[in-house]
Amino acid sequence: MVLVFAESQQGQCKKAAFEAVTYGSQTARLLGTQCAALTLGDASNTGHLGRYGADKVFNISHHSLEHFDSQLYTAAIAGAAEQLGATTIVLAHTATGKSLLGRLAVRLNAGSVSGAKGLPKVQGANLMLSKGVFSGKAIATYEINSAMKVISIAGNELKPMETGSDLPVEAIQVQLPNPRVKVLEVRRQEGIVPLPEAEIVVSAGRGMKGPENWGIVEDLAREIGATTACSRPVADAHWRPHHEHVGQTGVAIRPNLYVAIGISGAIQHLAGVNQSKTIVVINKDPEAPFFKAADYGVVGDLFEVVPKLTAAVKKFKAG
Amino acid sequence: MTTSMKILVSFSKTPDTTSKISFTEDGKSFNSNGITYIMNPYDEWYALVRALEIVEKNGGTVTLLHVGDASSEQLIRKGLAIGAHDAIRVDANPQSALFIARQIAAVAREEQYDLLFFGKESIDYNSSEVGAMVAELLDLPFVSYVSRLDLEGNTARLERDIEGGVEVLEVQTPFVVSAAKGLAEQRIPNMMGIMKAKSKPLKVVAPEQTPDLSTPVQFSLPAGKGSVKMISPDDMEELVRLLHEEAKVI
Repeated sequence: MVLVFAESQQGQCKKAAFEAVTYGSQTARLLGTQCAALTLGDASNTGHLGRYGADKVFNISHHSLEHFDSQLYTAAIAGAAEQLGATTIVLAHTATGKSLLGRLAVRLNAGSVSGAKGLPKVQGANLMLSKGVFSGKAIATYEINSAMKVISIAGNELKPMETGSDLPVEAIQVQLPNPRVKVLEVRRQEGIVPLPEAEIVVSAGRGMKGPENWGIVEDLAREIGATTACSRPVADAHWRPHHEHVGQTGVAIRPNLYVAIGISGAIQHLAGVNQSKTIVVINKDPEAPFFKAADYGVVGDLFEVVPKLTAAVKKFKAG
Repeated sequence: MTTSMKILVSFSKTPDTTSKISFTEDGKSFNSNGITYIMNPYDEWYALVRALEIVEKNGGTVTLLHVGDASSEQLIRKGLAIGAHDAIRVDANPQSALFIARQIAAVAREEQYDLLFFGKESIDYNSSEVGAMVAELLDLPFVSYVSRLDLEGNTARLERDIEGGVEVLEVQTPFVVSAAKGLAEQRIPNMMGIMKAKSKPLKVVAPEQTPDLSTPVQFSLPAGKGSVKMISPDDMEELVRLLHEEAKVI
């Protein structure tokens, strides 16, 4: 059986969970087995994971699982895997999934692949999985040769697909250790799609000349439905908050559309964004290296081009 | 209240961020010709520096740990020059995250460390696994993606970066932490540090044998983009049309 850990908040699953269940169910078909989805904590709206191809939906409900704790979650998922006889565990490649992957691998004596792209290839009892390495500059294919396998799947790798219907949620119980981490507070930026989940990202760099000019970037982002990002020099100069920094030493992203405004395209920046499906580069310097990595390029003064693009998007939407 | 801390900081050796990546012709191994190696930025800039700040304030020691062959010693000396008190090198060429984690756990079992620091990921294999693995091997709490860490006695208050926000947590030492941007500011070693580093203790230990359950067997470079399509700065409606009809992303 393939067991998918589906992340949820207050009983609501996120896009990453739907992607993981879709991936898990397709992997289960490949392996000729069933796919079970597991949620931890509040289970109120988790039955619809069945729509994304899960054959069963399980939940472990315990007050200590309301907040993420890598030790408790590892005990819960490993316990469920043992009870259900699962041999492949699928996680989303999120802050939560990445923190669990290594722990689960050790606990279950499993080989692991972190941030897998594409479905596994079955080779006898082994699984072959590809992932980005060198911060997106290359791809490596890993071979997992252990009986137990743990995989985290890269975000935006496949579209969640509704193939089934809602299922009843079955409760399971496992032994949990005492929590040693206390979550005091969770601060969320409301109303913003987090960068790793964003399908469209509008990003700007030093070409903006100063933080006071960001209005045109925000206008475009609002019109096109994007999350805003920035290059490293911009974050280092405190023009924009650090969490907006995308690139090799910032957030690595792979949206459907990446619009780079006034960013020259240093190799360290490209490493974090070059897996975007479509890249638009707007720069006044026709020699900017970013054009070599772009699908569409515009050479021009960004202070004129960006408002024109915003207007064109508005007109298209009114359409 | 201050409590003297015994801290272990592990680092990995990675190609410099400006490196052009290539592989041997058969795609089986990384081509290290012309590559300059550095300490993994997250390990050096954030994990090591925050560890040093803690012992500078509270007293204690920072031990630097690396799994790698003798060619890494220059990087270890750099870490000592930045301020680590001593270093341990496990003499092996690591093949997997699990191998590295087992070596680190074996070293950590010899001494009682209050804090074990890692960078949030290495910029070569980007797996983000080693810290979590070590925490599991030692049965310790693990707090990942930490952008703030303050200690009061044995109680740490941490901020952890999550998608679209921050989690504020409290945990008692000992525990394992992985460092994200913002936890500290990069330090450049000064001449005094470089001189002192030459005489700081560096212990070399033999690795534990452990099977690799997951290893990279084939490498490739991503398919390059076709040539870029240039659009007139006066025709943004054409760009929008292409994004909708050709790229199908809006």
